[in-house]
Amino acid sequence: MDMRSLLRTLEHATLRDIALVCLADALVGASFGAISVSGGLPLWVPIALSVLVFAGGSQFAAVGVVLSGGGALAAVAAGLVLNARLLPFGFTVADALDGPWWRRLLGAQLITDESAAFTLQQSEPRRRKAAFWLCGIALYVVWNVSVLLGAAAGGLIGDTDALGLDAAFPAVLLALVLPSLTDRRTRTAAVVGAVVAVGATPFVPAGLPVLLALVGLLFAGRPGAGGGGDGGEADDVGEARDVGDMDGSVARVAPMAKEAVR
Amino acid sequence: MMPLYAVLLLAVGTYAFRIAGPLLGGRLALSDRLRHLLAVAAAVLLVALVATGALTQGHDFAGWARPAGVLVAGVLALRRAPFPLVVVAGAATTAVLRLCGVG
Repeated sequence: MDMRSLLRTLEHATLRDIALVCLADALVGASFGAISVSGGLPLWVPIALSVLVFAGGSQFAAVGVVLSGGGALAAVAAGLVLNARLLPFGFTVADALDGPWWRRLLGAQLITDESAAFTLQQSEPRRRKAAFWLCGIALYVVWNVSVLLGAAAGGLIGDTDALGLDAAFPAVLLALVLPSLTDRRTRTAAVVGAVVAVGATPFVPAGLPVLLALVGLLFAGRPGAGGGGDGGEADDVGEARDVGDMDGSVARVAPMAKEAVR
Repeated sequence: MMPLYAVLLLAVGTYAFRIAGPLLGGRLALSDRLRHLLAVAAAVLLVALVATGALTQGHDFAGWARPAGVLVAGVLALRRAPFPLVVVAGAATTAVLRLCGVG
């Protein structure tokens, strides 16, 4: 399975969308590297997180908890709660990882919202495989290179507060999470969670408020029962929505990336 | 601080979530209910991070400049502005407000 046959298997539009998602994620990765290092973390932290964890949302979450004074274990817990959503993705794309054991072990590390979403778009087995591996490998390379460049640049920045960089971290996360809030139940759960987290901040150790936000899940409702806030769209595409839920949904990032390159 | 053991814990745990499907794929199915809960949990946690990151610093209020910047970024993101513009406008708003003496 060489790169050229992967490229030939997929349609032009799919290749273009994968490239655009890579570009958009490069910007997110560079922001992650820059914010981590300018916030005071040593250079190796964002780089090790990107190579070993390779899941943008959880990397931001872990660094965010630590930069706000939270403990390392709270940071790990927040990251793991976020990455629990990779569990269903693994089942969804399992067929695309078929092959010798070492290929399955390697491929598992490439499971992300993006690679799962591109795999889901394809129905034919050969194309599902090609979409998964091409998107997975391309993103892995692009993400790690951009985090490295961002981290190197972040080290050059002097007074981060004067530049408003402390606002950049929540701003990036907000841009990433907005597309997943079209479902009304999700929105309610998120708002309840946010109120609890902010309300608890003065009273509990740093890092804990974000985890307390999970009480919002009591309002999560049942799958498909809540109804989409925007015309019930979330109900119809349950699976696809779940996949596109997080750091860089294809539906959202692809148009975003198109605008970015324009 | 983010010690190496924390990075490794997060990496190993994340990998376990990823590898379960490819290893157990044929023998086990996840319920729709669980899939739904996991997806909502991710959104809840991210929004909580946005809220606490925008409004608080340590155990206190972060001042007005930062949430104002995040608000500007949120409005731009809702209007589907390009990602770099969203982030730069948010940071710039905060920076300008601080320059004007807003905390």
